[in-house]
Amino acid sequence: MEDDAPVIYGLEFQARALTPQTAETDAIRFLVGTQSLKYDNQIHIIDFDDENNIINKNVLLHQVGEIWQISASPADKGVLATCYNRTSDSKVMTCAAVWRMPKELESGSHESPDDSSSNTQTLELLCHLDNTARGNMACVMWEPMGDGKKLISLADNHLLLWDLQESSSKAVLSNSAALEGKGQLKFTSGRWSPHHNCTQVATANDTTIRGWDTRSMRQIYCIENAHGQLVRDLDFNPNKQYYLASCGDDCKVKFWDTRNINEPVKTLEEHSHWVWNVRYNHSHDQLVLTGSSDSRVILSNMVSISSEPFGHLVDDDELSDQEDHHQEEKTKEPLQDSIIATYEEHEDSVYAVEWSSADPWLFASLSYDGRLVINRVPRTLKYHILL
Amino acid sequence: MLGVHTLLRKLQFLLELPARLTRCVELEAYGTAVRYHGRARAVLHHYRHLPSFHGIQADCQVIMAGLAQRLRQRFRDGGSGAKDLAECVELLLELEEPAEELCDEFLAHAGARLAAELDTLEAELGPPGGAPTCDILEFTDRGCNSFVGNLCLVIASYQELFVSRAGAAPIAPMARAKLATFVEGLLGRYFGLVERRVQLEKGVGDSSLLVRALDRFHRRLQALEQLLPGAGAASEGTAIVERAARARVAQYLQALRGFYQDCLTDVRQALAAPRLASKEGPGLAELLATVSASLLGQVKAVLGYVHLFTARDVAFSNKPYFKGEFCSQAVREGLVVGFIRAVCGTAQQFCEAPGEMGVPSSPESRLKGRGRSCPGSKGGVLAALAVMEAPGSPAPSPDASLALQAEVAGTPGSVLCAEARAAAQRLLTHYVRVQGLAVSQMLRKSVETRDWVGTIEPRTVRAVMKRVVEDTTAIDVQVGLLYEEGVRKAQSSDSSKRTFSVYSSSRQQGRYAPSYTPSAPMDTNLLSNIQKLFSERIDIFSPVEFNKVSVLTGIVKISLKSFLECVRLRTFGRFGLQQVQVDCHYLQLYLWRFVGDEGLVHGLLDEIVASAAHRCLDPVPMEPSVVEVICERG
Repeated sequence: MEDDAPVIYGLEFQARALTPQTAETDAIRFLVGTQSLKYDNQIHIIDFDDENNIINKNVLLHQVGEIWQISASPADKGVLATCYNRTSDSKVMTCAAVWRMPKELESGSHESPDDSSSNTQTLELLCHLDNTARGNMACVMWEPMGDGKKLISLADNHLLLWDLQESSSKAVLSNSAALEGKGQLKFTSGRWSPHHNCTQVATANDTTIRGWDTRSMRQIYCIENAHGQLVRDLDFNPNKQYYLASCGDDCKVKFWDTRNINEPVKTLEEHSHWVWNVRYNHSHDQLVLTGSSDSRVILSNMVSISSEPFGHLVDDDELSDQEDHHQEEKTKEPLQDSIIATYEEHEDSVYAVEWSSADPWLFASLSYDGRLVINRVPRTLKYHILL
Repeated sequence: MLGVHTLLRKLQFLLELPARLTRCVELEAYGTAVRYHGRARAVLHHYRHLPSFHGIQADCQVIMAGLAQRLRQRFRDGGSGAKDLAECVELLLELEEPAEELCDEFLAHAGARLAAELDTLEAELGPPGGAPTCDILEFTDRGCNSFVGNLCLVIASYQELFVSRAGAAPIAPMARAKLATFVEGLLGRYFGLVERRVQLEKGVGDSSLLVRALDRFHRRLQALEQLLPGAGAASEGTAIVERAARARVAQYLQALRGFYQDCLTDVRQALAAPRLASKEGPGLAELLATVSASLLGQVKAVLGYVHLFTARDVAFSNKPYFKGEFCSQAVREGLVVGFIRAVCGTAQQFCEAPGEMGVPSSPESRLKGRGRSCPGSKGGVLAALAVMEAPGSPAPSPDASLALQAEVAGTPGSVLCAEARAAAQRLLTHYVRVQGLAVSQMLRKSVETRDWVGTIEPRTVRAVMKRVVEDTTAIDVQVGLLYEEGVRKAQSSDSSKRTFSVYSSSRQQGRYAPSYTPSAPMDTNLLSNIQKLFSERIDIFSPVEFNKVSVLTGIVKISLKSFLECVRLRTFGRFGLQQVQVDCHYLQLYLWRFVGDEGLVHGLLDEIVASAAHRCLDPVPMEPSVVEVICERG
């Protein structure tokens, strides 16, 4: 029986890295990476049983350093990539590596949480993404819907394209691009577009959003001054090719059409502090999640710029079968954008929000104090969208 | 015997008829001729089968045809006066000329003259796109006197001839119909010209000239209306006057908005202008007062102008439109409410303007000024509105009903107040956010670019912290000029001397202590989480109120929160942590006096240091006494 109440899971450490297990489309699973300077860092595999509303977890040790960003391979359930800090003497470097989970944890196992301490296993290192020449890794992205062999990483002002070879045990740099300009340019985040045959990537550096073509490693578009201050995150609309969402330190979320970058298509100003994350729902692109350091997660219904601005239109044949023969005119006005819900279960800044790759109505949000909250889209809206 | 004599006389008359007729025609005694002919016609007709009579009849007919031609010619020439014309027409009618043709000719003839007059009027409109050659009063005068006057004459004479004459009953309906179309056409053109002329009237000063002109125009049309009730002249005239009034009000509104923008530009310039060494520039409060006063003055002046439209001596003010709708809709809604809404609208625009960040203090002051004057001016302007409304009604008895109508139909004052307040609130929140984010930017850059791991032992407070305090003080001063102080939580006597240390004992008992004791990893965070449960959650983002303390609190909250976020993104070495300690202590020394609840500042600064400690590779905090010494020195 479905229950709309949120389910909360607490990690004992600070954490800011969250990803759904992208290749897993049956079970609802999230991966969370911890950030601790004193203790061994861990990756928690959170398995959510939506029938009973309980969480099962497994813990993997990630001893090399604290995790800043984590992403899962779209092809292989057991492969993931992390950006982590490696401290040596008085130097701290952010590196990236590709790992494999132990086989039996790939599909999760329903262990009760009490046995957690005896179940910590280690990750198998597959390969490093060597960045010694280039600076700190900001983020690693897998090629969406790809075969898990291509990765892009952002290091300082470099955009690097990697090929995983020899069953992912070697990472070869296949292409790279660098951002030229005055001052210390640094990428903050990026996103690989699922459209155009996965050949486009968008990156954010300071207040500029740039689009790149991965085949030529050239810039396609450049949105200057996208947000008055730093741009923190980007996401592409999964159903509409040219649409992009960005969020930043000016507390706003902006939606862009990359064919006309002079002005955002829509601007949301619902948060009162920096917005760290923006995520489109993978199937219903009118649902947009945002997480901010004002400790709130806001789910918005951006109908007017989604792929179905008029709501779900039913064919006339179906109508006449089920209903009486008097024609009901469906109102053809576009529906209104609105905020669906504000989730306030967090007490500290929310640094990551992600939709599940298995259940399109479920999402998780992670705040700095290690609280992971799993929530659902309100049932009424879900039925409204589906029917 | 007598009968025969009469008969003979008649015969003689008949026989002499053609000669007589010819002579009459030569003498131009057309009337006599027609009379003679009229007398004889019936007889001639009756006896036409007799050859002699037939000849006479034929001759007479030829002569009469010639006579008719001449009459027609005379008629067409039009040189003669109205009486002659009337005679011509009468005679022609008696000659049984088709009445329609006569009507048409008469109307065409008159029409030509009237059209000529309209042409002169049109010429006075001036070249297209250029200015008219005379003012509107002259124009309407000319129009009324020449055109309308003549039209009235024409209508009157036409009616005399063709409609109301004794013998005209059979042709009256047809005549009336022709007259109606004729008048319609000419009037249409006239109204078109008047409307064009009125539209050219674009000045926004005194509208007394316009009102007088419209009044004259309207009155003249009343006379016309009386002559010809069915032509709809009066209603069309009223419509034109109404449209003119509406357009005028719209122009005034436009002018008011322009004036308002100019006021804002002046304020901005005054604030941005470099201050002379000896003179202090105008204070914000003074500027605000000047702006409010001049706006109010301007609105009053405009209302005065508009009032003219409803003055008692103006004829059209009695029309229902002016009594009711004009006052409530056009003036109240359109002008006053529209202006207030425009003010709110510009406020909104300030909020949404992108890239306001980089601009120096004057726009911020502008923002604040707007926010301040929004709730202030609404009271003043609405009071003026109430004063103006009362004498707006032309007659004493509809006073009450007018006031009632104004209340019911228009936006009530309370709604306007609410709107202005909402706009002011938005502006204020936006201002707080802009300022907060500006300070945050400074803090962020300072945290991001420093090497916190390899830094040396801190000796001084970092320059950026001093700048933060300076900026906050400057904002405090500026906001203080416009807003009153606000409420502050009672301060403890030693608040500025509060010993600030990582081991602070007030709320965070044992928060960090466990991290220095070897215990299971769970305890630290569990303890701090439990601690959080029992302490009040700091609501960073409560709405800002209209007082200085609230504004400053908002700005400080945003800045400190941003500092916290930045600290969490870096890794610190031992001395890095100590530097953060020093900086936070310095901030605590100075920022507490700006905010309403100093516990807030303490809480946030504690969290910053705690986060830095968590992110520290070798967390060894500095001794509190040393921290104090450094801060005092700095």
